[in-house]
Amino acid sequence: MSAYPEHLDVEAIRAEFPALARTVRNDKPLIYLDSGATSQKPACVLDAEREFYRLHNGAAHRGAHLLSEEGTEIYEGARATVAAFLGADPGEVVFTKNATEAINLVAYTLTSSIGPGDEILITEMEHHANLVPWQQLAERTGATLRWFTVLPDGRLDPDLSLITERTKIVALTGQSNVTGVMPPVAEIARLAHEAGAPVLADGAQLVPHHPVDVAAMDVDFLAFSGHKMLGPLGLGVLYGKRDRLEALPPFLAGGDMIEIVRMEGSTFQLPPARFEPGVPPAAEAAGLAAAIDYLSALGMEKVAAHEESLTAHALDALREIDGVRILGPDTTKDRGGAVAFEVEGVHPHDVGQVLDELGIAVRTGHHCAWPLHRALGVQASTRATFYVYNTHDEVDALADGIRYAQRFFGAG
Amino acid sequence: MQLESMYQDIILDHYRNPHHKGLRDPFDAEVHHVNPVCGDEVTLRVSLKDAGGEPVVEDVSYDSLGCSISQASASVMSDLVIGRPVAQAMTISAAFLELMQSKGAGKPDEDVLEDAVAFAGVSKYPARIKCALLGWMAWKDATAQAMEAAK
Repeated sequence: MSAYPEHLDVEAIRAEFPALARTVRNDKPLIYLDSGATSQKPACVLDAEREFYRLHNGAAHRGAHLLSEEGTEIYEGARATVAAFLGADPGEVVFTKNATEAINLVAYTLTSSIGPGDEILITEMEHHANLVPWQQLAERTGATLRWFTVLPDGRLDPDLSLITERTKIVALTGQSNVTGVMPPVAEIARLAHEAGAPVLADGAQLVPHHPVDVAAMDVDFLAFSGHKMLGPLGLGVLYGKRDRLEALPPFLAGGDMIEIVRMEGSTFQLPPARFEPGVPPAAEAAGLAAAIDYLSALGMEKVAAHEESLTAHALDALREIDGVRILGPDTTKDRGGAVAFEVEGVHPHDVGQVLDELGIAVRTGHHCAWPLHRALGVQASTRATFYVYNTHDEVDALADGIRYAQRFFGAG
Repeated sequence: MQLESMYQDIILDHYRNPHHKGLRDPFDAEVHHVNPVCGDEVTLRVSLKDAGGEPVVEDVSYDSLGCSISQASASVMSDLVIGRPVAQAMTISAAFLELMQSKGAGKPDEDVLEDAVAFAGVSKYPARIKCALLGWMAWKDATAQAMEAAK
C-alpha cells in the first residue's frame, strides 16, 4: 500500500478515458504526465460533443428553426454551467478560443485607457500567454511594464511597493505551469483594488485543479482553457466582473456582437455577446459543460487533494535521485501539481525522449515560460503534471524512468 | 527499445566530445540561432577563404547549448564542411536536410554524409528534427551572409 492517501477512485476514473487504454511506443501502456499541456478527455465529453453534431447541429443565436433553438439552449446552458462552477453570473462568462485569447481580449481592449506614465504589473513566473500580450500593450501605449520577481525556490517575491496609483492593471498566474507555485492572488488583488487597478488571473493551471470561487479570489478577470480541464480543444473562458466587461470596447468584430449596423457605423451588444462574434462553438461548449459536470461530480476538493498526494509523492521520489534538481518549492504548500526538474548531465529533450520510449509522456523545454527558467538559472527543464487519472504507480514509473535516462547517458 | 536507433554511438561520442567547438577569430559572419520550442541555442561563426576564385570554408566555430542531438549534429556538421568548397558543403547540407525530412525512410549516402548518416533514426521523430538541423541552419545562414559580404 502506498504511504500517500487516496481521495479518488482512480481505477474507475481511468476506465472513462479511452486514450488511457492505448499503448504507445514499444507497446508500452501510456503514462500520461502532460495534462498541464492538455488533458485527456472522458467518454462523456466526447459523447456530448458528438451528440450535438448528431442531433442538434444548428447555429446558435440565429435562425427561426428548432435546431438553432436547441443549439442556443445548449450553448447558453454551458455558459450557465461554467458560471456556476466559478460562483459567477452567466453574464460574466465570455467564451473565447482559449485562455490565450481571453488574456489578449483584455490586453487589447485596454489599449485606449492606458498611456505613458501608466504601469502594467505582471510577474516573472508568467506563461508567455500572460506576458507577451502585456509587453505588446506597453509597446502600443507607451505604458511601462513592471513585474514581481521570483525567489530562488520559485515563489513570488511579493514586493508590494510595485503596486501604486500608476498601476492600471495587474496580471498574474493563479498557478505556475512550471513550478506549480500558487501566488497570493487574493492578497495582491486586495492591494491592487486599493490602488484602483483591476486584476486579471491566468487560471489555465488553476481552474482545472482547484476549487475556484471568483468572489473569494476577488479578481476582475479570470482566463482559462477548456482543454486543460477534460474539455475539448478550441474553447476557453474569460470571466469578468460585469462592470469591468461593460467598460471594455469590442475586441473581434462581426456578426452577433452588434446591436445596430449602418454603413456609417455600428453599436454593440452588452457583454458577453459583445465579445463573441461569429457562429458560437456550441458543440465545444457542450463538451466543456460535460467536463465540468464530470469534475463537479468528482468534487474539486477531492481533485485537488488527489493531485496534492501525487505531487507530494513525486517531490519525495525525485528528491531521492542524485543529480535531479526540482524547480520550485519542495513542499506542496501553495503549490499545485506541476513538477519541473533538471537532470544533471542529461538535457531535458533527451530525458523526455527516453521517457517516451518507456511510454511516459512529459513536457520538455521552457514550457512557454522562458523568463522564469532564466530566473531559476536553467535553460530548459522536464515537467510532469498530474490530473484525476494519474496513479502513484505512475509517479514511481517516472522516477524509475529518470534513473534509466541517467544510466543511458552515463550520468547516474 | 528503439532508443539505440536514435542515440547511435557516433552521436553520443560527438555529444560528449564535440569537434571544433568554441568561438574562434577571425570570422566573416556570425549568427545566433535558437529553437524557440526548447530554447536550445547556437552562436556560430564562419570564415571563408578564396581558393582560385572559389570560396572554401576555412573554419566553422560555435558555442551552443542544447540536447545531445543538436550538439552532436553541430559537431558532425563542422567536420563535414570545414575545408570544403562552399558549393560542395551546401550539397552535403541539402543531403542532410533531405535525410531529416525522410520520416525514417531515407537511404543516406555514407560517401556524402559520413558520420551524419547516424542521424537517420532521428528523422522518425518529428520533434527532434529541428534539434538535428539547428547547427546546419546556422551554418547555412552564416555562410550566406559571409558570401553576401564578400560581394
